[in-house]
Amino acid sequence: MQVSRKAILTLEDGSRFEGFSFGYEAPCSGEVVFNTAMTGYPESLTDPSYEGQILVTTYPILGNYGVPSAETSTEANVSDYFESSRIHCNAIVCQDYSWVPSHWQATRSLADWLKDEKVPGIYGIDTRALTKLLRDKGSMLGKITFEGGEDIEFHDPNKENLIAKVSTKEVQEFGEGEKRVVLVDCGTKYNIIRCLTRRGVRVTLVPWDYDFTTIPYDGLFISNGPGSPEFAEETVKNIRKAFEIGKPICGICMGNQLLSKAAGAKIYKLKYGHRSHNQPVRLSGTEKCYITSQNHGFAVDNDTIPDDWEPHFINMNDGTNEGIRHKSKPFFSAQFHPEASSGPKDTEFIFDEFIKLL
Amino acid sequence: MSDKSQIKKVLFLGSGALKIGEAGEFDYSGSQALKAMKEENITTVLINPNIATVQTSEGFADKIYFLPVTPYFVEKVIEKERPDGIFLAFGGQTALNCGVKLYESGVLEKYNVKVLGTPVRAIMDTEDRELFVKKLDEIDVKTIKSEAVDSVEDALVAADRLGYPVIIRAAYALGGLGSGFCDNREELISLVEQALSFSPQVLVEKSLKGWKEVEYEVVRDRFDNCITVCNMENFDPLGIHTGESIVVAPSQTLSNEDYHMLRKLAIKIIRHIGIVGECNVQYAYDPESMDYRVIEVNARLSRSSALASKATGYPLAFVAAKLGLGYGLFDLKNSVTRSTSAFFEPALDYIVCKIPRWDLGKFHGVKREIGSSMKSVGEVMAIGRTFEEAIQKGLRMIGQGMHGFVENKPIRFADLDRSLREPTDKRIFAIEEAFHRGYDVERIHELTKIDRWFLERLHVIYNTMKELESYDSLENIPDLLLRRAKEQGFSDFQIARAVWRENMNSKAEELTAKVRSSRLARGIRPVVKQIDTLAAEYPAQTNYLYLTYNGTQNDVKYLGDRKSVVVLGSGAYRIGSSVEFDWCGVNALMTVAKAGYRPVMINYNPETVSTDYDMCERLYFDELTYERVMDILELEMPHGVILSTGGQIPNNLAIRLDKAQVNILGTQAKDIDNAEDRNKFSSLCDEIGVDQPRWRELTSMEDIDEFVAEVGFPVLVRPSYVLSGAAMNVCSNEDELQRFLKLAANVSKQHPVVVSDFIQGAKEIEMDAVAQNGEIKLYAISEHIEFAGVHSGDATIQFPPQKLYVETMRRIKKISGKIAKALHISGPFNIQFLAKDNDIKVIECNLRASRSFPFVSKVSKQNFIDAATRVMLGMEVGKPAASAFDLDYVGIKASQFSFSRLQGADPVLGVDMSSTGEVGCIGDDTSEAILKSMLSVGYTIPKKTVLLSSGNARQKVDLLEPARMLHRKGYTIYATPGTQKFLQDNGVPAIVAYFPADADKQPQALDLLHAKEIDLVVNIPKNLTVKELTNGYKIRRASIDLNIPLLTNARLASAFIRAFCELSVSDIKIKSWDEY
Repeated sequence: MQVSRKAILTLEDGSRFEGFSFGYEAPCSGEVVFNTAMTGYPESLTDPSYEGQILVTTYPILGNYGVPSAETSTEANVSDYFESSRIHCNAIVCQDYSWVPSHWQATRSLADWLKDEKVPGIYGIDTRALTKLLRDKGSMLGKITFEGGEDIEFHDPNKENLIAKVSTKEVQEFGEGEKRVVLVDCGTKYNIIRCLTRRGVRVTLVPWDYDFTTIPYDGLFISNGPGSPEFAEETVKNIRKAFEIGKPICGICMGNQLLSKAAGAKIYKLKYGHRSHNQPVRLSGTEKCYITSQNHGFAVDNDTIPDDWEPHFINMNDGTNEGIRHKSKPFFSAQFHPEASSGPKDTEFIFDEFIKLL
Repeated sequence: MSDKSQIKKVLFLGSGALKIGEAGEFDYSGSQALKAMKEENITTVLINPNIATVQTSEGFADKIYFLPVTPYFVEKVIEKERPDGIFLAFGGQTALNCGVKLYESGVLEKYNVKVLGTPVRAIMDTEDRELFVKKLDEIDVKTIKSEAVDSVEDALVAADRLGYPVIIRAAYALGGLGSGFCDNREELISLVEQALSFSPQVLVEKSLKGWKEVEYEVVRDRFDNCITVCNMENFDPLGIHTGESIVVAPSQTLSNEDYHMLRKLAIKIIRHIGIVGECNVQYAYDPESMDYRVIEVNARLSRSSALASKATGYPLAFVAAKLGLGYGLFDLKNSVTRSTSAFFEPALDYIVCKIPRWDLGKFHGVKREIGSSMKSVGEVMAIGRTFEEAIQKGLRMIGQGMHGFVENKPIRFADLDRSLREPTDKRIFAIEEAFHRGYDVERIHELTKIDRWFLERLHVIYNTMKELESYDSLENIPDLLLRRAKEQGFSDFQIARAVWRENMNSKAEELTAKVRSSRLARGIRPVVKQIDTLAAEYPAQTNYLYLTYNGTQNDVKYLGDRKSVVVLGSGAYRIGSSVEFDWCGVNALMTVAKAGYRPVMINYNPETVSTDYDMCERLYFDELTYERVMDILELEMPHGVILSTGGQIPNNLAIRLDKAQVNILGTQAKDIDNAEDRNKFSSLCDEIGVDQPRWRELTSMEDIDEFVAEVGFPVLVRPSYVLSGAAMNVCSNEDELQRFLKLAANVSKQHPVVVSDFIQGAKEIEMDAVAQNGEIKLYAISEHIEFAGVHSGDATIQFPPQKLYVETMRRIKKISGKIAKALHISGPFNIQFLAKDNDIKVIECNLRASRSFPFVSKVSKQNFIDAATRVMLGMEVGKPAASAFDLDYVGIKASQFSFSRLQGADPVLGVDMSSTGEVGCIGDDTSEAILKSMLSVGYTIPKKTVLLSSGNARQKVDLLEPARMLHRKGYTIYATPGTQKFLQDNGVPAIVAYFPADADKQPQALDLLHAKEIDLVVNIPKNLTVKELTNGYKIRRASIDLNIPLLTNARLASAFIRAFCELSVSDIKIKSWDEY
């Protein structure tokens, strides 16, 4: 049996959860959020939308299938298995950790990966009790400290521009194709790039505040990203310019929020967000329903969507907005993740619809 | 698709008697579907001869027919009831097969009955292997390619082409009946011949042994919306039927890519096939790549879907029934949160582990290896927040004397490698033994092909055990280690044994109690968690609970107002305890609620209705061990506990719970002990002047010989410690007695043997009753058709009795009254009697509900459990009017055997129970009721030929009259030489058929069977001696393997032959329960 160091998760309301360390051992702080997915920790950890957050997994056993290699073997020229080049979560919290992983693709254990990337991990936490607390009181700041180690102040990641932090610093090109799609990087997951390039288009990845209207493109794609959309006013301005150009626009997650802001709708913070693989959405005005993967803390206010726009999808559990679409122009978005990774792939058709419009 | 407003009346087909491969899960799914119809105000008609089920109770279906689920009877009911629609998905393979036949013969069209839910066309696409492969080829989904053959010769050719090992499957068969692996030509020939007797088509395919087996439960509505409710992974790799595997949910070794690739495929498949409702997709999955094969799709509710419902809290059957009416998933609400949508996929924040329960020890000659065909008779589901916790709980739950993965009484494995490589019902314990012998995970993986992840986790348990064993006192074990052991599912007993080891035996209870108080003093106690389908994302008012040591906070608040009543369930279905106790538990819960208390259930059997969370105020899906029950009672602080409706498991807890000051409702622990303890009960009988067969508890061979000299042979021998084989046996002579004792038991001071006088030719009579403060309030006397010697659970039972002397009845009532008074009975009880010429002896007395409670309750229309529960709650219960006992119809309870599943087992009945289920049918007289019930358990009326092979002179005489009837009816009678001579001598013409022992003579009985010349076999062993059994074994076994009806009891054979000679099928009246 492994001898593990005691680790403590403290929340800003003073709640304390004691567990044991299995990752890197240095104190850290961030916004504590929970995800109810039962698989997909390598994808989640590398998802830039988790920047600055401490991730609590409600599924109690973590690390079962280890971590795949960081290799890049496809034409997309992005890692085969990860969603970005590094872990974005500040820490991961679970009930039970699998010390010895088992999977043919695993090249190391989760613990080793966390240590390599200097990210703490704790097990032995009643993650269900913790989740209920976050559900009742809303997402909270938290910090992880280690027995005999030093303390740290709470740090609120939402006060800084996380989008700027994770976005590419320079324009990058991916894939081959006649059509060019500009992908605004607010913290994009690699799988958006994979989903686009797999469909035979050239992707031009641009920084979040880049004025992409200066380059010719056939379609505009606005990625997911971390934190509050309030920091991305620059992107919103550029999207408004793109409305004038009139080429197809699609936004995902943060992209939905920025598109909505550009259209004139208002955004608000959800109490504890949607983070899971089992969010049901309904295509507005139809009997078509989809199970979606989600990871967001903010939402578009349905009541503020301007008249020439309408809700595209609605969350079947709580009625929140899951995307908007223009009534006459090829502009639409999804609050959920059609690219999945991790999660169900039921809505990948959104990429097909976008590509068809180009 | 149907328009729900046009559906006013629907017909449901049940699955009939419980059998291996088709058990309680269909009572659960059928009951849920019926609830869904009730919500829609749709009238329901149910055909199901299984009288012990919850679905055939008042308040579930509007009309109930206790009739065979066969095309003939279903058509008759349709003709009478004229339903608008029919559901085929809730009664297992039995209902599905019957429905397909009705569709093919045009009956459904003729009466304009719509098939609700999945269309029949889609069902046929999934059932016919060739169509299925073709269908999935259309969408480029990989299946296990097989070659369909209809002869042994073609099978051999196909197998040569594919290369051994190959797997054989019979099409249209339930639970993998007639399936198996063949490593060579010889195995192939014997298996294919057998499979062809069940099914016209047999499939030969390449085996993928060692691949992972993964299942998805998928739901689709008519708007093409799909969800996967649950995925499950088999602990045992491919090659072992999923019903025989340990299964976990959700999958543990699949990555996100694996999981969602298979999920997406499952949805693609269900859409292409066109399922409306629920189905299950089984995959073989390569452990070294993302290669897969679809094994099969079940276009109906299944054992897996029942498990998935319980594992997730998602009511699959309920939702499937609503979708069948035409609803969309978006119309329905999540029945746990009651606010969110039913269109979602449950997120689990726990792990469940299903473990099968086998009873192979009950059968003579059965093979212990498990494989591609089902042998298990029940299952348990354990819930935990670590795999270790779940599996150790589960291993205790199966109730075969195991305490978890470690700290068990050692099992001897002569050839450990073989025990690992060729799985048996004991394989998981072979893994523990392998750790003992120093095997590492890699070596065990090589031998078993079980994924290393599971083995690593088992190794963790083993290591913790070693760590515990390194301490020689409880006090020295550090808190952290003790807590970790509990988090890994160690029971207090296991911890005690780790510390005290050989000193445990005599003081187990006391030392276990020490562990309990020590850990409570250290603040190590379990917490209660909810199963809420969404992993706490949304608030849920769910009452579906389990206990875990992996947590710090209870999900529920306890009121401590003593207004709840805890009912203990019956645990895993097993031979001797199954759906009948579920019915008892559910009825107790309903009465508790009516009386104004909050009903609470503790049970862990996923196949049951009692573990449906809408049946009670709180459901603890957890162990029924003393330790866990006490954990719950300490939190719950109920008014009291009901032990008497869950069979023997709760009954066994009486004394310990009583010592812990638990308020046991009804009959008190001291009195239960007086009935259970053979010596105490015997002296009580002496005191009140009640006769018993002579018996003695003996500890040496000399004492046994002395006792036998006194009572004479035959004697019934019951060892207290069983080494192998059956638990008890009848011995007819010295030789047998010696052999049995040598084989089955160690006679010693520690392991005494109970020997009793075995009375031949006696009638066996049952008294089911309810008493209050020692006074009988309600009773039912029933008689066995067979003479004593057939276990009461296997016997055919008649109620009310038709052939008992009035004097016998009177005496039985009187003796029962005396016993009830002496034991101060308040609640249900059952007494078994032997009667010979008005001489009555008591053979057994149980102060709890018995197996026959639902039968007598439903036949008499007096709910015995309702009355018993009211008694236990202290309510005054009146006696029913005397006319209530005067019925002008007859109920027959007949037993269902599953010998065809149990390769090699001798299908002969004895003093140890071997039936897996039962039916109960009502008729205007004995013959009608017998005929209905025998047809319900799978017998058919012979067309033209019967083979008789009777035992001793008395049995030959017994069969003479029926043989005459057969002859008069125009049947051709074949008989084995002795019987043939006897029949000829008495003027009944018969053709001789020779035993296999007379190999050189013609015709051979076996050849006639193989040539399908025989429609019914009556083979009565003279006695249960080895020689006699061997003689007829081949004939009996061949009958079973060739699917030819077989009777082995002269009295039952007579009754059945009389019934079908007097009545034809068309004479059977189509009357529903309420018409009697």
